[in-house]
Amino acid sequence: MKTTTEFNQMYLSDFKRVESSLNGAKDHPVHALRQAGITRFNELGFPTTRHEEWKYTNILPLAKTTFKASFRYDAAGVTPETVTHFSFEGLDCIQLVFVNGHFSAELSHTTDLPEGVTVLSLAEAFNSHPDLIQAHLGKYAVADENPFVALNNAFIQDGAFLHVAKNIVLEKPVHFLYLSSAPDEPVRSHPRNLFILDTGAQVNVIEHYTGIENQTYFTNPVTEVVLAANAEIHLIRLQDESKNAYHVSATQVVQQRDSRFYANSFDFGAKIVRNDPGMRADGEGTHSELNGLYVLNGDQHCDNHTVIDHAMPNATSHEIYKGVLSDNARAVFNGKIFVRQDAQKIDSVQENNNILLSDSAEVDTKPQLEIFADDVKCTHGATIGKLDDEPIFYLQARGIDREKAKTILTHAFAYQVIDFVQIEEMHPYLNKLLSAQLNEAIEVVL
Amino acid sequence: MSSVVEDTKRVENERHDSDAIIDSHVAQEYKYGFYTEIEADSLPPGLNEEIIRALSAKKNEPEWMTEWRLKAFRHWQNMEEPRWPNVTYEPVDYQAITYYSAPKKKGEGPQSLDDVDPELIRTFEKLGIPLEEQKMLAGVAVDAVFDSVSVATTFKEELKKAGVIFCSMSEAIQEHPELVKKYLGSVVPQTDNFFAALNSAVFSDGSFCYVPKGVRCPMELSTYFRINAMNTGQFERTLIVADEGAYVSYLEGCTAPMRDENQLHAAVVELVALDNAEIKYSTVQNWYPGDEQGKGGIYNFVTKRGRAETNAKISWTQVETGSAITWKYPSVILKGDNSIGEFYSVALTKMRQQADTGTKMIHLGKNTRSTIISKGISAGYSNNSYRGLVKVMKGAANARNYTQCDSMLMGDKCGAHTFPYIEVKNSTAKVEHEATTSKVAEDQIFYLMQRGLSEEDAVSMIVNGFCKEVFRQLPMEFAVEAQKLLSISLEGSVG
Repeated sequence: MKTTTEFNQMYLSDFKRVESSLNGAKDHPVHALRQAGITRFNELGFPTTRHEEWKYTNILPLAKTTFKASFRYDAAGVTPETVTHFSFEGLDCIQLVFVNGHFSAELSHTTDLPEGVTVLSLAEAFNSHPDLIQAHLGKYAVADENPFVALNNAFIQDGAFLHVAKNIVLEKPVHFLYLSSAPDEPVRSHPRNLFILDTGAQVNVIEHYTGIENQTYFTNPVTEVVLAANAEIHLIRLQDESKNAYHVSATQVVQQRDSRFYANSFDFGAKIVRNDPGMRADGEGTHSELNGLYVLNGDQHCDNHTVIDHAMPNATSHEIYKGVLSDNARAVFNGKIFVRQDAQKIDSVQENNNILLSDSAEVDTKPQLEIFADDVKCTHGATIGKLDDEPIFYLQARGIDREKAKTILTHAFAYQVIDFVQIEEMHPYLNKLLSAQLNEAIEVVL
Repeated sequence: MSSVVEDTKRVENERHDSDAIIDSHVAQEYKYGFYTEIEADSLPPGLNEEIIRALSAKKNEPEWMTEWRLKAFRHWQNMEEPRWPNVTYEPVDYQAITYYSAPKKKGEGPQSLDDVDPELIRTFEKLGIPLEEQKMLAGVAVDAVFDSVSVATTFKEELKKAGVIFCSMSEAIQEHPELVKKYLGSVVPQTDNFFAALNSAVFSDGSFCYVPKGVRCPMELSTYFRINAMNTGQFERTLIVADEGAYVSYLEGCTAPMRDENQLHAAVVELVALDNAEIKYSTVQNWYPGDEQGKGGIYNFVTKRGRAETNAKISWTQVETGSAITWKYPSVILKGDNSIGEFYSVALTKMRQQADTGTKMIHLGKNTRSTIISKGISAGYSNNSYRGLVKVMKGAANARNYTQCDSMLMGDKCGAHTFPYIEVKNSTAKVEHEATTSKVAEDQIFYLMQRGLSEEDAVSMIVNGFCKEVFRQLPMEFAVEAQKLLSISLEGSVG
């Protein structure tokens, strides 16, 4: 049995109950998307480990948990202090805060937007930008095979909306902070994000998913990004959910001619994580970078399934995912690279490197190439192992004790991905999370 | 200036000419396609318990063997044909296959070569198999499998002196039941997978080899398989056991006659390397790949697996150029501490061929090492997939794996795919995987042509260089054959 529909009931009855009260009226285009979403989700059900794409990730603990869905904004105990706690010190940015998937006007800072830049909650954009919503929403993230995209479609209500007009370069980064707060019972949220960049536009976006410590909840975000010709986005996804949370995300980027996509993804939190980031080139000469870091301990489980789809020629893509695992943690990496028949002159590099710090940790990696064009250069590499003895010895020879040497080297291994982040103000914050995840006894400053 | 233009034109023209050569080569007819008419003593087509009993009875097998087959058959009936490989083909009708056919013998069967059906001898000669002793390559013993029954075995005496048992599987069941009972199915159980179960139920013959303790087999052993007779599936069963400290090198190679109907070949090969033993298994596979439209050709669904005990070594080398569909993953279970597994492979697909091949290295023991070198070449409309698994279990401290899989594409209608699965449960393991996909570089061809080589030769040289790491592993005679095979298959596949 590749999927199970046994646990669908809660979602179906929730959908029925609230559908009429959702902010989209019956004739709203989103209504059709929601309907299709719940129908598809009901058909697919939750995948089991018999499903090739879910071979190493057992999602049943999530399926079995009852989550309360909130369909209206409620601060749920989140205060401006909570927001400050999750902000990057010294970073001047546009900040939108979502609590359990709903936009919080009181906690957000959206003033002084330059002309041509729109940053809104998706709920608001339904009214103010119906044409853009109609043209793009639900057109890229495919729900056919992914039940969690279907589930998100079914419960589209709010999320982030960003539009940057032609040739506008937004200097200030945009920080979308998704907070989950479930003081009483487990909650779930399905944030839906749509980022549209017109020709030549440039922006830095931070998608930040976190929550109140030790609480149980389920975050199911889906992000769609449209890059018109020559546009450029730096998309930083920081996932630092509570250690009892479930996080299942999907990101789909569509790139037009000569556009550039830089993604840096960090997974530090949650109990079970599954991310499906994907890029599809719709024009020639695109450049894409997908980088990721997962640092896990305890019983954490993190699964990244990336897809780079070169449908058009003359493109480059670089991908590096790194992981450090201790205790009983388990990481899964599946990196697919497709080069379609007429997509000649592709240069594609993929790397997945892992360090295991414990014998009960496990890594399952599957870098996958599917090439249908002949004039291409594609390479992938994967390594799993422990730290090399020589660098440890080198540091020991310089008077650093063995444990400390190991800590430094492990930290440095992971830090490479942090270093890719263009917004330097984020480095100390990310570094702190890294040290905490590694349980470092000493402070490593790089 | 004008001379430069002329030169360019000339080169263009030459390239055009070479395109024509390429087309002619890519579309090359199967060189070994012919069909020998021999009266076959066959069972009716179809598969049920009766057929299996009849087959077993025809081979005069003991009761335990019949039961062993039936157990496999009963399990097979409840199994589903695997659909996960990256290949597509018309469903096989297992009830339309004839599961047993043997060449009719004159009198009591061949006592020497003179007694062998001359028609058979001619077939082997056409294939270039040195069956007659005087024509044999020094040191190679041939156990020729024609259809399902071994018709001649040579050099048996010399092997006997060393204590090596090398005979057909049917003979082994009669003569060495204790060894067969002990090792048959010990690496690939009857219930392992759909095709292995089918093979276990209906295997007709194959080779058996046992090398006793501390013996180094005095010669390379080899078997030539040949599929003949209409609608006959071949279900070969090979079992090689190297006892403690023994060494054996086994060669397998095959060609098949031209045929329009797809033929199923589901072989099982089991290797057992006990403590300190070493087994080297080499294959050159050149079965009929079907025609340009993808009509006909052999379906090659093979299960090959070896078990390496303490300090043992198992090495698989394969050159796969034939078959319409190849589905094959020679594997090594590294059970003992310090055991070594190796896999060297060249897989070439052209026309409409599909190959889904690779290896599995299962690390169980401490300090186990494995190396995987895979070279895939796709041309024409073919699809070539590498699928491999490296699994390091919890107890496999200091396990080490190095994997390199390179693909080369010739033409823009073919596909190259890699599906490497890596699962590691031990923190002291070190697993590395590298893969590249590229085409034959124009600058390399240009460089060689500048030095007077034709484009043909340049490509051939580059591809042979690409595969060198694998060819180096082959025994000398095979390396020569493999290089020739590759050149014939490839000449001018680059335009």
